[in-house]
Order: sequence, then structure tokens, then C-alpha cells
Amino acid sequence: MAMPEPAIRAAGLSKRYRIGAARQRPTTLRDAIPSLLAAPARRLVGMLHGRARAADGPRTIWALEDVSFEVGHGEAVGIIGRNGAGKSTLLKILSRITKPTSGWAEIHGRVGSLLEVGTGFHPELTGRENVYLNGAILGMRRAEIDRRFDEIVAFAEIEKFLDTPVKHYSSGMYVRLAFAVAAHLEPEILIVDEVLAVGDAAFQKKCLGKMGEAGKQGRTVIFVSHNLSAVETLCPRAILLDAGRIVGSGESREVVASYLSAGVESGINPLLNCERSGNGKLRITEFSMEDPAGQELRFARSGEPVVVKLKFENNGCAATDRISCSFSVHTDRGAAVFHYYSHFSGVYFTGLPKTGYFKSLLADLPLAPGNYVVMCRVVMNGDQTTGEEVDFPTAQLPISVVGGDFYGTGNRQLSQWGPVLIKGQWTIARA
Amino acid sequence: MFNSAMHLRCSIDLGLVPSFLEPREDRTTAGTVRAFVGATSTTASAPSIIIRIEPSRGWFPLNLAELWEYRELLYFLVWRDVKVRYKQTLLGVAWVAVQPVFTAVLFALLLGRVANLPSEGVPYVVFVFAALLPWQLFATALSRAGTSLVGSANLLTKVYFPRLVVPLAAVLGGLVDFLVSLAVIAALLFRYRLTPSWGIVLLPVFALMALLAALSVGIWLAALNVRYRDVQQAIPFLVQVWMFASPVVYSASVVPAGPLRFVYALNPLTGVIQCFRWALLGTAPPDGLMWVSFVAVAVLLLSGLIFFRRLEDTFADVV
Repeated sequence: MAMPEPAIRAAGLSKRYRIGAARQRPTTLRDAIPSLLAAPARRLVGMLHGRARAADGPRTIWALEDVSFEVGHGEAVGIIGRNGAGKSTLLKILSRITKPTSGWAEIHGRVGSLLEVGTGFHPELTGRENVYLNGAILGMRRAEIDRRFDEIVAFAEIEKFLDTPVKHYSSGMYVRLAFAVAAHLEPEILIVDEVLAVGDAAFQKKCLGKMGEAGKQGRTVIFVSHNLSAVETLCPRAILLDAGRIVGSGESREVVASYLSAGVESGINPLLNCERSGNGKLRITEFSMEDPAGQELRFARSGEPVVVKLKFENNGCAATDRISCSFSVHTDRGAAVFHYYSHFSGVYFTGLPKTGYFKSLLADLPLAPGNYVVMCRVVMNGDQTTGEEVDFPTAQLPISVVGGDFYGTGNRQLSQWGPVLIKGQWTIARA
Repeated sequence: MFNSAMHLRCSIDLGLVPSFLEPREDRTTAGTVRAFVGATSTTASAPSIIIRIEPSRGWFPLNLAELWEYRELLYFLVWRDVKVRYKQTLLGVAWVAVQPVFTAVLFALLLGRVANLPSEGVPYVVFVFAALLPWQLFATALSRAGTSLVGSANLLTKVYFPRLVVPLAAVLGGLVDFLVSLAVIAALLFRYRLTPSWGIVLLPVFALMALLAALSVGIWLAALNVRYRDVQQAIPFLVQVWMFASPVVYSASVVPAGPLRFVYALNPLTGVIQCFRWALLGTAPPDGLMWVSFVAVAVLLLSGLIFFRRLEDTFADVV
């Protein structure tokens, strides 16, 4: 028996961009005039061929290089990778927004791509009008929108404001309506970018639920996300991109794990060349994590012990200076989760060596699985407000937390609803 | 168990997730499927279309079939433009009539009375208005089309559709204004007791010519504007100069016969405006040079379409 055709087949997909030429920097005619004068015909022909000025060379970058894969019908595949790894470029090519420089792909089925929620929404138009407009933009037929209109409105919970211009909507209502339209798209192949990162937690849950159902309905789903746990949950298979190439592919759990362990090695140390404030008598030069046995950790696990290590260089602290070192954790969307100064625990360091590590053992990491950002700050001779600032690098150090046995129940599948995990004792008492 | 899947189930129980999330039967058109996928396909839910994604190469033809596929998007974009334009304005659609009327009156006072320009025997205000009709249709369509792609950058970078839909929608958006202006000139004709010539039945054709002229230049400008924002700065000047290069406030007959007149006729608006005046006011029918105007439109349009088509694939990367 022959294998059925895959839903998506990509072979050698590559995309080259000119550095600095892409977006946000419209070229002006003035720049182009010299070359226009020099060789007007050649230039025009070059433009007609959609060619960049220089064919190749140092000013071009390969956003995607030789990417080949297949996705079967009804399969859900996650695409992960760091920023700039080529995920969005790949989605844009698959959604036909941009053309590959070389290679090809074949898609069997009607594609719906959701690279953004609410594309084409117009603030002056009413909710009702925007449903039709946005539906048409996403590729729905008018009859289809008519048919599902009531469902869309009910899902968005905006019945009362249907005839109000959306500029008067709260951002929550706006996003709900926008997603409601997108949720009623019924393509055979669904391509979804980081769109789920908008809205509140409950809304995200709704989105993820919708994604999961799309998979169960036998739709083919391509899902890009930084939310690794969501990828693990929704997609049995994942593809890992790095610098435009596929560096891993296979079972989601394994791909995610290899992504997390690759993360630390490949990055340059942001602490070494970032803006910083403070008197500079001491500098934090490195951030790392290890387990209590001293084994370096690429990622932390919820509920398991982790040692936060901050390497310092002492450039002139007096032996009597009382140093308090801190680190803070933020969600990857910037909200602070907590900060922790050593003096909170009553510890001021004195008589520091030339170099060394501040170490902080967190016995029971209370962070939910997800991606976070760590920042650090050092003060002396006082607390976080009264003390003199010694070093405050602006570097944001990414860390990943994956599920661990936080509650001691053996269950490592933890809730991601909110960044913090707590545990207590549940009892029942007679009223 | 306290995982995300459980949360999901909770929300379903609470009725937060509506019934559409439940599986429904797959609609397929098995006949077409087999034609594409061939005998190897054994899946019941095989899709009906195949999309091939490749680097752009060669002089591929205009995909009119695809454009037709996206006619509803075109409709909604035009509809949006028209709706948004007069939202939250006091006079609303009345502006459509107010603008050309005031322009015509202004021209009539300045150029008809003060400068005393000849107007082929009809009242100057009607003479100008009959030309403003196609001119404004052309000018608004041209300026809107010219900036349309850049104005829709958010669409271009997030959704796929034939990019030609965008300038096309911009051009068609002016038609509503045009229809209102037609009603105004009907009133003027009645007021001055002027009878249109039989050419009035061709008026839709002439209006189409004005639109095609605007579209042909508009897509050139729109495609260039994606790369060089200078274009949108230049458009207002272009429109202004173009108006005086067209017989809007004067009669085309003031241009003497000879090579100069041939060059003059290369301006598509020359022919279109002459036709409009002839059709509406019964002035002298356009001479043979009208065909020069029409050929100019055809050439511009064809070259514009090719140019646009060639650059289309790069819009999302450059805009």
C-alpha cells in the first residue's frame, strides 16, 4: 500500500535577506539615484527580477537554509527555536506571504494562517463590521461568516457591543473578538504563530484549547511558540530550528530537551557587554545554575533544588564594605515575579576575594514551567533602596523552567497558569 | 492531577468553550482530490487543492483566476474604505457632493469670470463640473492606489492574497463618490437646460477608462512606493501638475493641432475628459486623438501589471 501524500512537504527551503534592507528602513530614491544614473537599465531589470542590489556577499543573511521536512495529514508539529532562528520566516513562506529564495514546498489543502490576531481590524468600524472584514481577510467566504456569525459573537461575549466601534472596546474585548473570528476559520491546514501570547491567562487557555481541538479534528497544525510546554502538550512532534537550519526533529519532549540544553552553550554572555549602572567596585560577569552536587544545569525544574551562581569580579570593594547581592526573576513578558537580595536572609558579604561566585541555594524552586528572565543587582552598605548601587547590569538572562515534582506527588505535569507555584495542606472541617 | 489539560476540561464544563470546538464531519470533494493526488491517495479526507511554493522566476502571467477567487476580499476592502471615510463626519456622505461643487464654483468664479476662459458655449460652471467628474475619480483613485500598499503593510506581512487586490480596492473606492457627483451634474444639467448627447450611454465606458488610467499609474506608483517612500511625497505634486496638463479648467481645443497635440493626447485624461464633456454637455465630439489616449492607457496598464507582478513577491519583505 502506498503512503498517502503528506499535507506539507518542504524541500531545501531557503530564504536570503539583505541586512538592514528588510523592513523599518525604507530606502529613498536619493540612495538609489547614483546607481540609477550609472546603469538605469540594469537596475530596472534587477528590480523586475526582484533581485537585491548585490547578489550575495557580506550584506545578506540566510534566514532559512535548506529546510526540508514533511508533515502528514492530521499531524500537529511544533516549531521551536530561539529568536531569529527562522521560525517566522518559515511560517511566512508556508503562508505564501513571502517567497523562498530557493527550494520549494507543496501544501495539500486549504491553508489558514494565523500570524497575528485581528489582522485588518479597523478601529472606526463596529464589532459586526470587523467580523466580516477580518473574516474576509483571513479567507472566509461571506456565506461562511453569515452562517457562523452568531457563534463568533457568542464566543467573543460581546453581544451588547456588536454595533459599537471597536475603538471603544477594552483591549480584552478587542482580543476576544479578534480571536473568535480566527477560531472559526476551518482550514485543513492551520499555521499558527506566537498569536497565543496575547490576552490574559484565561484567554490563552482558551486559545490553547482551541488549538488542541483543531488537532483532534484531524486538521494539520503547524504551531510556533516560545511556550515549550504548550508545544509539548499540543504537538507530538517538533522541529528545532537554529540559525535557519533544522537542528533537531522528532518527538516533542526530546526536541524540547535538546533545545533547552543547547540554549546556554550557544549564547554569548550578555553580562559582558551590556549597559550597566552602579559604582563599578564590583561587577557581575557570569550567571549560571547548578544542582546541589555542583553539576551545571541548563534549565531548572519546578520544585527541585537549584543553585543560582553569580560570578563576580572585585575591582575595589573595601574589606569592610557590606555587600548584598540579588537576582530577580521576570516572566518572558516582563512582569516581575520576585526579587531576592541576600540581605533579605540577613546576609551581607564582607572581605570579598578578587573573583568568586555568589551562590544562592533555592531548595524548592516555586516557578511554574515556562520561560523567564533573570536580572541581577548588587548594592553595598545598606538595603536595596538605601544602599549604594554597586553593579546593575541591564542584561536579561533567559532561563527555562520545566516541570518537576513540585508537590511531591510524583506528577511532573504542572499547571502553567501563572508563574508561581505554591503548596499547602488541604483539609476539610465541619462548619 | 493539576495540569493544563485539566484546566481545559474545567472550562468546557463551565461552558466557556462553545460547541464549535467539537469535531464535525469533514467536507471533501473527493472527485477533484483524486484528479490531483492520483491513485496513491488512500486518505478519505484528502484535500482538494494543492499549493506549490517556489521562488519567483520567469515572466509568469497575471493570475486572473486567483484574483477572482479573492473578489470577496476586494469587496470588503472597498466597503471598508467607503465606510471609514465618512464615519464620524457631520455631513457624512454629503461631503462627496460638497467637494466637487465647491471646486467647480471656485473655478467658475476665478477662471470663468475673472480670467474669462472659453467654455465651448456652455456655462463655465457646468463645463468645469463635467470635467471634474472624471478628474476627481481619477485623482482620488490614483493617490489612494499609489499609497495603498504601504498603507496596508500590516496586511501584506500577515496574510496571503493577490497583492493586486489592494490598489484595486483603492481605485474602486472612489466610485461611490463618482455616483453621487453624477447626481449633482444631473441636477446642473436640468438647471441649465442642457441636453446630453447620445454618447451618455457610453459614460460607464469613459468612467472605466478613467479608472483604468488611475489603476495603471497607481500600481506603478504603489509598487515603487513600497521600496522608495519618495513616491508618496511626490504624488500630490504629480496630481496637481497632471490636472493642469488635462483639459479640466480649459477646453482641449486650446491646444493647437500638430505634434504638440499628439503629445497632449498621450495623457489618458485628455481623451476621457473630452468624452465626458461630449457625452454630458453635447459639446464637440472627441477627435481621433482620443484613441491615442486610450492606447496610452492600455500600454501603461499592461506595463504596470507586469511590473507589479514582478515585484509582488518582495512586497512583504521590503514594505
